[in-house]
Amino acid sequence: MSEEKKDKGEYDLTGSFTYVRKAAKWSSCPISNLPEDIISRSSDVGVIPDEDMRAATYFQIDHSVISKTVNEKFRDQVEVMSTREAIKKYDWFKNYWWRLIRRDADKFTHMASSMWDHGYFIRILEDQKVTLPIQSCLFVSTDNLNQNVHNVVIAEAGSEAQVITGCASHINVHRGLHVGVSEFYIKEDAKLMFTMIHGWSQGFDSRPRSAAIIGENGAFISNYLLFTPVRSLQMYPVAYCSGENSKVRFNSILYGSKDSHIDVGSKIVLQNDGTRGEIITRAVATDNSKIYMRGFLEGRCEDCRAHLECRGLLLSDKAIIHAVPELLAKAPGADLSHEAAVGKIAEEEIHYLMARGFSEREAVSLIVRGFMDVRTFDLPAEIEKRMKRIIKVISKRSL
Amino acid sequence: MTGELLEINDLTVEVSGRIVLENVDLRIEKGETHILFGPNGSGKSSLIMTILGFPAYKVISGEIIFKGKNIIDLPINERVNLGISVAFQNPPAIRGVKLGDILNHWIKDESTIDSILERINFPREFLRRDINLGFSGGEMKKSEILQAIVQGGDLLLLDEPDSGVDVENLRLLGEFINEMLKGRAGLIITHQGHILRFIDADIAHVMLKGTIVCSGRPTRILSQIMSEGYGWCMKCPRRKRIRENMI
Repeated sequence: MSEEKKDKGEYDLTGSFTYVRKAAKWSSCPISNLPEDIISRSSDVGVIPDEDMRAATYFQIDHSVISKTVNEKFRDQVEVMSTREAIKKYDWFKNYWWRLIRRDADKFTHMASSMWDHGYFIRILEDQKVTLPIQSCLFVSTDNLNQNVHNVVIAEAGSEAQVITGCASHINVHRGLHVGVSEFYIKEDAKLMFTMIHGWSQGFDSRPRSAAIIGENGAFISNYLLFTPVRSLQMYPVAYCSGENSKVRFNSILYGSKDSHIDVGSKIVLQNDGTRGEIITRAVATDNSKIYMRGFLEGRCEDCRAHLECRGLLLSDKAIIHAVPELLAKAPGADLSHEAAVGKIAEEEIHYLMARGFSEREAVSLIVRGFMDVRTFDLPAEIEKRMKRIIKVISKRSL
Repeated sequence: MTGELLEINDLTVEVSGRIVLENVDLRIEKGETHILFGPNGSGKSSLIMTILGFPAYKVISGEIIFKGKNIIDLPINERVNLGISVAFQNPPAIRGVKLGDILNHWIKDESTIDSILERINFPREFLRRDINLGFSGGEMKKSEILQAIVQGGDLLLLDEPDSGVDVENLRLLGEFINEMLKGRAGLIITHQGHILRFIDADIAHVMLKGTIVCSGRPTRILSQIMSEGYGWCMKCPRRKRIRENMI
């Protein structure tokens, strides 16, 4: 990799790696029937085997769809299927297919277009308030596999739902490449909270490509959590606030460990009056990890407002955090702001907590844990509890 | 063995090569409340930071004996765990660390915390807030005093618990502190001495340029400072004697 590319945070994936495209076929079954090691890994990324606790479940292993079930109680509220099935079933589906992301945007979108391995289609029906989360899992169980999924989520007008997507690899998978194209359509007065949790292996590469469009008075909240090492991860999801008074918020917690190369950004384009946007990113870099946290706010109308906040905590002399916040105002009334802070933990904070009886290690751990606070993410209780447990372990390990 | 809880002998301290405390002697017995007066920059807060063991405060000479043990080489948390509680004057804000997380380190029983919250009229929602982030001056004082009390030390170090507190809350906090000091010992820094109206203090000291120059009855010393300022202390013959003895 050239020095110039390193500075820009680019990661050269063309190198010497090649990935396999063939994977053993899995037959469909309830999640609870899957091997324990898969259940454990998927639970770590928020996908639980108790499907009664979810409004709907989509589970894909490698290139096979394992589960696409809708809880009986929610049958009139939500539908879930593979995008391959959706494209056959609905003529209108083409209106939501490659509409927000170009097939030729980069080589990864090209891969997803030319070598497409399912992905989920989730549709929340008009005016339906789905009270339990909808969950989906994109799992890689074959070593060195390339998995290319294309997902579509439609929140019809007036609907409300929470979608949790966990992406993970099996413990025996050392490397591989996951490409995930996701298109979100949040229509007028709809509210969608989308939480994505990644749990890849140390030698894994991941390239999500996501875009969302939000209609009048619609709201989209996108949460992203990464706590485990990954060889490389690069994504820059974009949300277009297209309808009047539409809102979007991106929250991300990035924990870089080992040799992880993480390049994560969020982009908001405010296209109409009354639109609001917020990007909040917290990054913790340990070991030899490199984290690029980017943010881009674009205001194209008179009455629009957005704020971008990037905070980074550096816990190793060998790690780096590079915050790249960008603002682009195209109308005089666009109100865009950002704040970015990157650095080590302030000694003053450690000493203060020591004066409250915590040892130095406990104080650092408490600060790191607090920095990655998931309480604001509004996750289901059992997932929040699991995330807290993971954060507790890694914050102790990070010392 | 005497009833001394804290004994500071001939303490000289520097911060970044500058002397901030010089030949300080102080003895606090169990059940005693001491007041520390002094102009800005005289070293009052430095004394508290040094007792606590903040690394920037480098002890050049002298000793700090707490409960019969020289604590000079102990880290901050070990001193605190021996029974020293503190309410800071200007505590830092820490994002993500909740006030409740700190209190629960000491007390798991929520009802005990609730009763203190009620006593000092401090809304419970503050327990879920990032410590000191966006707190007003008065809220910060309440949070600090709450933490100091929950820590339950035998010695309370209170750095200006009355500054920036309105009249009603001053009474509330003053009476609460006075009650909490019963059976404990305290060292309270105050500028204006407002809190003395509610606290049964035993003795007051005046610190000038890093040295305790005068000790006496709290109300008497306060009224002298109020009427003549710290200039009175500078002229005090007792101060001269102390300086001569030091030489």
